[in-house]
Amino acid sequence: MEKIYSSFEAIQQDLKTQQTTCQLIVKAYLHRIDENKHLNAFLEVFADEALEKAKQIDAKITQNKAGKLAGMVIAIKDNICYKDHKVSASSKILDNFESLFSATVVERLLAEDAIIIGRTNCDEFAMGSSNENSAFGNVLNPIDNSKVPGGSSGGSAVAVKANLCLVALGSDTGGSIRQPASFCDIVGLKPTYGRVSRNGLIAYASSFDQIGPFTNNIADAALVMEVMSGADKMDSTCSAQEVPQYSNHLNDKKTYKITYFNSCIENDGLDAEIKAQFMAFVEELRAAGHTVEATDFPYLDYLVPTYYVLTTAEASSNLARYDGVHFGYRSPNAVDLESTYLKSRSEGFGDEVKRRIMLGTYVLSSGFYDAYYTKAQKVRRILKTKTEEILSDYDFILSPTSPHTPFDLGKQIDDPIKMYLEDIYTVHANLTGLPSISLPLNKHSNGLPYGFQLTAKSFNETALLAFSHQLLQNKN
Amino acid sequence: MSVYNKYQAVIGLEIHAQLSTKSKAYASDSATFGDLPNTNISPVTLGHPGTLPVLNEKNIEFAVKLGLAVGATIRENNEFARKNYFYADLPKGYQITQDKTPICTGGFITLFPNTAKEKKIEITRIHMEEDAGKSIHDQDPFNTLVDLNRAGVPLVEIVSEPQISSAEEAYEYVTQVRKLLRYLEICDGNMEEGSLRCDANVSVMLKGASKFGERTETKNMNSIRNVKRAIEHEIIRQIDVLENGEKIEMETRSFNAVDGTTFTMRSKEEAHDYRYFPEPDLQPVIVSQNYINGVKTTLPTLPNELYKIYTKEFRLSEYDANLIIESKPLGIYYNELTQYTKNYKAASNWLNGNIKSYLNENGITIENFVIKPAKIAALIQLIDDGKVSNTVASQHIFPIMVKQPELEPLAIAEQNNLIQESNDDDLSSYIEQVIVNNPKEIERFRNGEQQLIGFLMGQLMKTSKGKADPKKANSLLREKLNQ
Repeated sequence: MEKIYSSFEAIQQDLKTQQTTCQLIVKAYLHRIDENKHLNAFLEVFADEALEKAKQIDAKITQNKAGKLAGMVIAIKDNICYKDHKVSASSKILDNFESLFSATVVERLLAEDAIIIGRTNCDEFAMGSSNENSAFGNVLNPIDNSKVPGGSSGGSAVAVKANLCLVALGSDTGGSIRQPASFCDIVGLKPTYGRVSRNGLIAYASSFDQIGPFTNNIADAALVMEVMSGADKMDSTCSAQEVPQYSNHLNDKKTYKITYFNSCIENDGLDAEIKAQFMAFVEELRAAGHTVEATDFPYLDYLVPTYYVLTTAEASSNLARYDGVHFGYRSPNAVDLESTYLKSRSEGFGDEVKRRIMLGTYVLSSGFYDAYYTKAQKVRRILKTKTEEILSDYDFILSPTSPHTPFDLGKQIDDPIKMYLEDIYTVHANLTGLPSISLPLNKHSNGLPYGFQLTAKSFNETALLAFSHQLLQNKN
Repeated sequence: MSVYNKYQAVIGLEIHAQLSTKSKAYASDSATFGDLPNTNISPVTLGHPGTLPVLNEKNIEFAVKLGLAVGATIRENNEFARKNYFYADLPKGYQITQDKTPICTGGFITLFPNTAKEKKIEITRIHMEEDAGKSIHDQDPFNTLVDLNRAGVPLVEIVSEPQISSAEEAYEYVTQVRKLLRYLEICDGNMEEGSLRCDANVSVMLKGASKFGERTETKNMNSIRNVKRAIEHEIIRQIDVLENGEKIEMETRSFNAVDGTTFTMRSKEEAHDYRYFPEPDLQPVIVSQNYINGVKTTLPTLPNELYKIYTKEFRLSEYDANLIIESKPLGIYYNELTQYTKNYKAASNWLNGNIKSYLNENGITIENFVIKPAKIAALIQLIDDGKVSNTVASQHIFPIMVKQPELEPLAIAEQNNLIQESNDDDLSSYIEQVIVNNPKEIERFRNGEQQLIGFLMGQLMKTSKGKADPKKANSLLREKLNQ
């Protein structure tokens, strides 16, 4: 029986003492992937290639030439490009499409000798909160197979939880890393907008999207962030701010000023037990010497509508390129240019994607533009200003990640409004561009996990990771 | 009075100029014209999933140059916007452009400068955008072919105020804009290849009316002449429509170069809703005053300033000055020439005369002209010193110079025995020969046919093989004949 690793530190230790090799590690993961096919976490496993790469890295380790991620096995969400590999955003419209280039994050991970083991299932074009919008089937929550894993990066969360890889990359536009992390009882980090290059990330909503890691612990997240982050000449929205050595600060012990929003806790949708546990957690923090205070944040009800107006507007434009003309799916029934568009897009996109394209096209249409798009932009600006004000007084904003524990497969798929409200606590960080993390801190009396979310000041991943590390260590 | 005289036309032009940058507006692939189809197509140009635009900063520099040259206000905070529409040659499904924040606003283009017809046309805005690919409809009987080399090539769009009032003025406006773009070396201005394109917004109204009529937009004119033809046709068509008691519909029309007419391309109902919104993939670009000052130092002397120098300081005629500023390379050659000779008039005559004829006959441009300005200046000096005549210089020395541009004009003149003879003894011997060889004509001249002096001078020059100083020879000949 192969050994299961839950930290990169343990892997490095065993590699160092020659207890294991990269090849053995990869073989173990491949074996587990095989045993857990029913979870449908992977759309494709790069088995031979991963083994070959492991062999090369083992040789490098012997020669002392290996990169800092040697031995780390990573899965990537199926909306992150990897040269000469298929990438589909879990959509039929990109079925069999191969990318001509690698995302900047992939290049940086590979340069440090990470091994990419496969691409993971997700909601189509990262649109969804349950992974039920994939053209390639549902993903099951490994904790309870009748439950959804969350979304949109469901496959990535499941891959880490079920030990099908050590780390997985997801993307977070409105909670797509943090909510599945909460549902799968692992760590999920959405970095500050502009911290990680979006080059090679298939766009859903460009001014919201960020790539981030799923991990079992904070040290792994910190290490992966150090490698992935930083300026990229291929993405002009990527910040030139220097990347701190997050790992070196994890043990900085400090007491912090934390706030939570009354509106979040009083929200009707919040599960009563989660609410009670949240308040108990606040007391624990106070007892540990932190300052925790409630703040009025009267904008909670505006978050989800603002988010959906702006993200669908951007999505309607970002997804225009999938038109059946140049690449991807073209309907065999098309006879001319217009029918190529109509039929390819009608047949290639799933319902949720179509819904969002139509909504986005509508809010940008002349006559409706000011009432929706312009107004939502104004609200976004107010939210940013207001949140920055709050964070000038506090280090972190604390909230539940999701109002409840993982729900049943199929339960909400026909109610888009209810599904959109899944994002009520997570979209705030995307609207404001702030770094935010979901921490696996709780188990509900129904047996299912749920996380708490911490949001920090812009580009303050250092404090965010340090405090998260502290909280998770206290829990263990 | 013709009904057409009752109306006046109101015309605004939108000029798209392809910027002659090496690479594309938002990608690193080449922006060269004329390469094999679909060879300059990176994943960014193809709009592949995951690609992002990265601004080519040359776009900004070129747009600022143009803005400075027309006296526009340059915007500090430049945002980009997406213009959304579906077409087969638009791989992303949107064009990156500027909507509410054009890089330049204001400024003007002068029509018929330095003449009685001079008129300023104000510029509304100049903004940066990217070109679409090219749909080719005439190479395959069943399919439209798409070439994406052009997709992403940078453009500036120059929008004029509706202050142009005739097709002739429109012709002049495009000519002046093209000249400016070429002087600035930011666009080659080739309308046939599509690197310069012009859309015309045309309306007509009764003379003196205060409210503009409904306008149409006409596209697809591939030469400046066709811009003029299309507008001429559109004005007449609109007046005819109104005179028939019908209404002008706001629409997009296309020009048919074969018969000079325009026809409906898209009605108002079919007009696109472009759904402009801020481009989230590009950060706003800050154009600082420092940057603008830096660009200012790279601006060449512009044609209107050159005109002033040529006419006021160099005392050239308006006609000659206009010929030289016609194109920037001519001006550069002329400016260099005038560093070696102060005989500005002669320099202008040589450039606009012998040199241009030679270039035209041989189909070459001034940039490829083999004789260096210093040598032409030396030739002018030979004439001014009385060593050779103008005729000898242009008919004998210049043709040798173009074949052997390394030779000095003086050396050519000496080797070929072309130095003008002006000493009395030599001239007297030529005169003697003319008198001996043309007794009949001498007789007639002496009997009063004074006009024969021309013939006799011709014989003299022939006898001297062009070397005689014509002025001196002429006076000596007259002296001799009148004795």
